[in-house]
Amino acid sequence: MTRALGLVPTIALATALFGGAAGAQTIKIGVNEPLTGAFAASGTYVVNGAKIAADEINAKGGILGKKIELVIEDNKSNPTEAAAVAEKLITSDKVPVLMGAWGSSLTLAVMPKLMEYETPMVVETSSSGKITTTGNPFIFRISPPSAVEAAAFKGIVDKLALKKVDFLVINNDWGRGTAEDFSKMMKDKGITIGLVETMDQGAQDMSAQLSKIKSSDSETVIVTTAVDQLTLIFKQAAALGLKKRIITTGGSQNPDQIIAQAGAAANGTMHLTTFLPWFPDKTPNPEATNYFITEWKKRGFDFAGCTESFRGYDGIRAAAAAIEKAGKAEPAAIKAALWDVKVKGLNGDIVFRKSGPEGKESGQSQPNVYLIEIADGKIEMKTL
Amino acid sequence: MSEFLQHLINMLVLGGTYALLGIGLTLIFGIMNVVNFTHGVLYTFGAYIMFIVVQQLGLNFFLALPVAVLAGWLLGAVIELTLLRPLRGSDIDTTMLVMIGAWIAMQSGTLWIWGGVAKSVATPFPEAPLVLGPVSVSWLRLFVLAAAALLILVTYLLINKTSLGRAMRATFQDHDTASLMGVNVDMIYTSTFAIGSSLAAAAGALLGPVYVIFPQMGDLAAVKAFAIVILGGLGNITGAVIGGFILALAEELGAGYVSSGYRDAMGFLIIIAVLIFRPTGLFARAERVG
Repeated sequence: MTRALGLVPTIALATALFGGAAGAQTIKIGVNEPLTGAFAASGTYVVNGAKIAADEINAKGGILGKKIELVIEDNKSNPTEAAAVAEKLITSDKVPVLMGAWGSSLTLAVMPKLMEYETPMVVETSSSGKITTTGNPFIFRISPPSAVEAAAFKGIVDKLALKKVDFLVINNDWGRGTAEDFSKMMKDKGITIGLVETMDQGAQDMSAQLSKIKSSDSETVIVTTAVDQLTLIFKQAAALGLKKRIITTGGSQNPDQIIAQAGAAANGTMHLTTFLPWFPDKTPNPEATNYFITEWKKRGFDFAGCTESFRGYDGIRAAAAAIEKAGKAEPAAIKAALWDVKVKGLNGDIVFRKSGPEGKESGQSQPNVYLIEIADGKIEMKTL
Repeated sequence: MSEFLQHLINMLVLGGTYALLGIGLTLIFGIMNVVNFTHGVLYTFGAYIMFIVVQQLGLNFFLALPVAVLAGWLLGAVIELTLLRPLRGSDIDTTMLVMIGAWIAMQSGTLWIWGGVAKSVATPFPEAPLVLGPVSVSWLRLFVLAAAALLILVTYLLINKTSLGRAMRATFQDHDTASLMGVNVDMIYTSTFAIGSSLAAAAGALLGPVYVIFPQMGDLAAVKAFAIVILGGLGNITGAVIGGFILALAEELGAGYVSSGYRDAMGFLIIIAVLIFRPTGLFARAERVG
């Protein structure tokens, strides 16, 4: 019996060795996303989008004659885990490039590891300004930082006749960063900033914050958080009889899910978003958008997830393009090549420009930002 | 002033649900002395039962509530029979570790079955709120408050006025003596855990439709339940109810007039104060020690 059991590790070792040998035939890309925890839904969407990109590239013969292999790890929506997972991907799986880590706080936690192991990461979702301004040359971001969102929004504040604005934001780097950047832009425009209220990442009852906002004399509320909390906020605002204009930022709203779950409470809300799956012809790259949406539906995924998943698709294509350009799957070469990448993304061309302190700049692409409005349970585009 | 009134209404509605969370846990943690980490998952389980019955099977909302309570009762009984019964008599750390394991396994199970995307449950209540002068409150929340009050009353009567309740209190006070008096101790353990679990599931079934349903929804609920139980005194039903309202009041006023960033910290500041000045909880009766 003991001897028979002794066989098990041998078999395991042999399998691992064979597995390792097979692994050398592929080029690995590390994916660090929240698959459990508060952001599980969003992270899963991004990973599913990433898989579409990998399958598409592999179907066309891969890159440098090898297939791409996504090594996907769950950061549990927890910054500590995000850093640990990055370390595991780099040291144990030996990935030469990563994509991640959805949330700003998650990405910020990963960043020192990128410096330590000199491995680049494509940031697909995070929008805190800090990510590209603190001098981490291994960061290449395709999502808009909140300052870019604020700048895009600048054009429409006159049309909306904003006078006094309250904020209700998630209490992390993403939410607080957005409140800061939007406040700055609005003050320049002569708009008064009223309350800045926050809510915890997992909080379900925001009635207290909303009651406070209801009693203020502002006419608009800027809300920044992920889709689940947005749904709750719209329902609770309706229950409190809060009649102010609500505008959400951050691009993680999944408007279709909001319509399905918040119902009439979602009507009249406006959302700053970075992708237009409802109007493929109005996107910068209609052909690719249509391909992506068709593939997404073919795989049986919920259409509502498109507004998140396209980032995973774009992120992997950017990383793959850099590997191809580098000519080898090595971190330093990929990092250098990312500066020369030009990918037709679903939301505009992915081209990295320098951002942050001189000599150690991060890469920042400039994606488009759109404003949509939910009216009678349908999504309408507003011109910015 | 109208803002203050709105905060008070919010407190009443929130406090009722906190009280419901608290009484289920006070039975298990307070009376049985099991540090029940599965309380939050049972809460989540109750909410998913609502989702299955109302959204997937298309049955009546009011029919789904007792189904969720019954399902919570059954799951609680299964946990007691399979995990806790073999561990009876072992130290509190071992039981705690097993319960943590059960919590993680069950939470991952819900994620595996239903995925991470939040679900919502349609209710028969109108979307327009009830407006009373400067304050307004949703009909659904009023219904939840009434249902919670009913469940709390039933539990109170069960523990304090029935022979089952007397047997429960006797068993957890002195297991051997109760057994000598002819109490079926095994049955009491299982039914106490099952009743506590059914209350957690009831809370989830009532609150799931108010909020959204997702695998981690029980985590914060469980943390608050523990806070309420400690606040009110272990095993004290009245204490858990009042503790629930105190926590809700602290959160509402803390978020409304101090800072919303510390909303979830307010309750815990109170608990620290209680543990310093009245370590047995606000409403615990004086007990003979030793």
